[in-house]
Amino acid sequence: MASQALEGRLREVPFRGGGFVLVRRRGAAVIFFAGLIAVWELAVRSGSVSPLFLPAPTSVVHALYDLAVSGALWRHISDSLFRLVFGWTLGTAAGLVAGFAMGIWSIPRAIGVPFVSALFPIPKIALLPLLILWFGIGEASKVATIALGVFFPTTIATYSGIDGVPRNLIRMGQSFDLPWHVILKNIVLPGAMPGILAGFRITASIALILLVAAEMIGAQYGIGAFILSAGNLMQTDQLLAGVVLLSVLGLVIGAGLSRLERWLLRWR
Amino acid sequence: MELLVEGVSHRYGDIAALENINLMVREGEILALIGPSGCGKSTLLGIVGGILKPTSGRVLVSGEPPTGSLNPFTYVFQDFALLPWRTVEGNVALPLEHHGLPESERRARIADVLARTGLTEFRNAFPKQLSGGMRQRVGIARALVVRPAMLLMDEPLSALDAQTRELLMEDFLALWLKERITVVYVTHNLDEALRLADRVAILSRRPGRLRDVVTVGVAQAERTQPAAQMRLAALHDQLWRLIKAEAQVAEREVIEDGIAGT
Ligand SMILES: Nc1ncnc2c1ncn2[C@@H]1O[C@H](COP(=O)(O)OP(=O)(O)OP(=O)(O)O)[C@@H](O)[C@H]1O
Ligand SMILES: [Mg+2]
Repeated sequence: MASQALEGRLREVPFRGGGFVLVRRRGAAVIFFAGLIAVWELAVRSGSVSPLFLPAPTSVVHALYDLAVSGALWRHISDSLFRLVFGWTLGTAAGLVAGFAMGIWSIPRAIGVPFVSALFPIPKIALLPLLILWFGIGEASKVATIALGVFFPTTIATYSGIDGVPRNLIRMGQSFDLPWHVILKNIVLPGAMPGILAGFRITASIALILLVAAEMIGAQYGIGAFILSAGNLMQTDQLLAGVVLLSVLGLVIGAGLSRLERWLLRWR
Repeated sequence: MELLVEGVSHRYGDIAALENINLMVREGEILALIGPSGCGKSTLLGIVGGILKPTSGRVLVSGEPPTGSLNPFTYVFQDFALLPWRTVEGNVALPLEHHGLPESERRARIADVLARTGLTEFRNAFPKQLSGGMRQRVGIARALVVRPAMLLMDEPLSALDAQTRELLMEDFLALWLKERITVVYVTHNLDEALRLADRVAILSRRPGRLRDVVTVGVAQAERTQPAAQMRLAALHDQLWRLIKAEAQVAEREVIEDGIAGT
């Protein structure tokens, strides 16, 4: 549309937007990790890294294979999973109950907040010796350690989640004469769900840490016990195989939680 | 149902929000409640519907709610107050859930109000997928599903843009003309009040006192016709004069409050 006379003096407006936008580049990660493992493998094979300190990826895979064939792998995994699932579920259930009470009633809140603030910062593994005295060296003390570690963050996530439920929605429920339990189930619980699920992510990783620590202190089977004994025998390939197992376990739990979130929070 | 507000005053701590309100709401009318920001309109509406206890005074009702009314005093909220995790249908179903209605009646009630508010094809949408106007339709459908005796609407259109407001107002009026449900309608907006209300109650700035109650005297169905325009324009002027001075003072007051509060 520019007139002929103007044409010579026209310039394009320079573009200054762009950048600071993240786009999906799926292949990049695959290439990076494949490259990293290849470099690692080559470094060990060429002799520039001692296999005692850092065994090659192929040796780690080999160690895993041997473990699977011998059957020891399943024993370690099932013992660990039992402690993890049992401890996490126990701590989560108790934490949800306490968190709901603190989110809804004033007196539990008044008592609970100082209690939780005082006990939450204690690294729960420090309580394991005490718990061993109480429950013995067996499963109960390990499960209790994990449950304790999970309990406090779940409590905090739950009552903060309830604090975040818009009050106008609760007033709306009251204005329709909804009974207390209907408001709790249909307004408070779903409203607190994003906070509770964010708490699950934190407690899952806490549970994993406490699991390994507890197993290193006193267990015959379990991934933590296995890693410790491999270290003591300088079997670094086995040690790393155990670490890989933990990493896979963490990934599986994380993926499961993501699915749960996508399903429960599909309204967001 | 008729409703009588008798000598109602309300204080929030040191703040006097309402002072000696005496007001009657008649069966089948739309009573608009208008007044400057912060004068206690929402407070009065809360007291009328029984979700706020007045410091003094009382609210009386006469007559029985219509049969099948599950929640005689039902609110429509300015911010819609929809549950974001429920679909349109789920939101509308919420106030029915604890009543244990037969499944067929429950479905019939929901289908009926969705049709009347033009939401049938959106019944599976979540609130975040809807425009503001559609969200308030859900708020209205949810209120109608309990067959209220009295609708208490707190600035139901003020979160919407001007065009949406106009459209929704006309649709609401069409709905109302069929049922003539009793409505208390809080608004800032004089045009809204003059389009919808049978009577307009004007509150002074805080503490809210009843300044005047003005009868519009033109049937809602005739208000868009040329013959009514003179009367409506005159009313508009009269009401605006009443409100203007109050609003000017109230505006300054709010700002001073803000400074004092910090
Ligand atoms: N819960 C509360 N605690 C203390 N003060 C309150 C509370 N609710 C309202 N107020 C004060 O009481 C006065 C009346 O409030 P109200 O919400 O009834 O006014 P309103 O006329 O609805 O105002 P708006 O036009 O802004 O909606 C205001 O000054 C407000 O700040
Ligand atoms: Mg208000």
